[in-house]
Amino acid sequence: MSYFTQNSLLSFLGYPVSLQTFLPLSAPSLHFTMDWQGQKLAEQIMQIMLLVFAVTAFVAGYVLGSFQMMVLVYAGGVTLTGLITIPNWPFFNRHPLNWLDPSEAEKHPKPQVTVSSKKKGFKR
Amino acid sequence: MHSFGHRLNGLLTFSVTILAIMCAIASLSDNLNTPSPTAEIKIMNINWFQKQPQGNDEVSLTMNISADLQSLFTWNTKQLFIFVAAEYETPKNSLNQVSLWDAIIPAKEHAKFWIHTSNKYRFVDQGNNLRGKKFNLTLHWHVMPKTGKMFADKIVMAGYSFPEEYR
Repeated sequence: MSYFTQNSLLSFLGYPVSLQTFLPLSAPSLHFTMDWQGQKLAEQIMQIMLLVFAVTAFVAGYVLGSFQMMVLVYAGGVTLTGLITIPNWPFFNRHPLNWLDPSEAEKHPKPQVTVSSKKKGFKR
Repeated sequence: MHSFGHRLNGLLTFSVTILAIMCAIASLSDNLNTPSPTAEIKIMNINWFQKQPQGNDEVSLTMNISADLQSLFTWNTKQLFIFVAAEYETPKNSLNQVSLWDAIIPAKEHAKFWIHTSNKYRFVDQGNNLRGKKFNLTLHWHVMPKTGKMFADKIVMAGYSFPEEYR
């Protein structure tokens, strides 16, 4: 499986993944990743902008008596929304989650799982 | 919203869904329109009125059709389809409707018009009942929308009748 497909599958299943870990920090982000806060912001901006443009387009079309005006304003609005919310602009990456440094990880060892005694019968 | 494809898909799906809702509301807004159309049809001449070899009556007439249908147009109207029909009763059929002429009006500017024309489609009866028969001429219109529901209505003009004899 390619890195892209594997990460898509993992993120679909709910695992946090970032392709940035596979690329050096200086490489351009070819995969348009955003951090979690950025993703939430992108979704909110997209929904609000589309609704606002829809209402504006309808009102403009109705007042001017032109169906074409409504469609044009809306199409312009969809394009603008796409340009703002789809590419990963810097303001979508203001709260990055970084992998823990290995030296830091050693200071906090994983809790040990204690072996419990065998249970005899079920509790009633 | 974790990847380019996911955001693009979300944008397209949501925008198209909203577009569908906008079109539904646009169609509903047509109900706010209260049209006041007028029409008048004069029969200028009965060109001929004969019985066909098969036994059916046929008539050719020249009409002057004038109408003002501008109030039917809304922002959501693509075109108006109109037709003139003759309606009469015979012993065999309680209602006969024969379409005589039709036209498409593409814009509001063309909706106030008059036309001097003979019937575009042949006026043939089922039988030979037309001599001396009284009939109505109705102007029907279909308001065809850009999106949504089509409205249809008509104006009935009564008081026309055929000659007593063939000519």
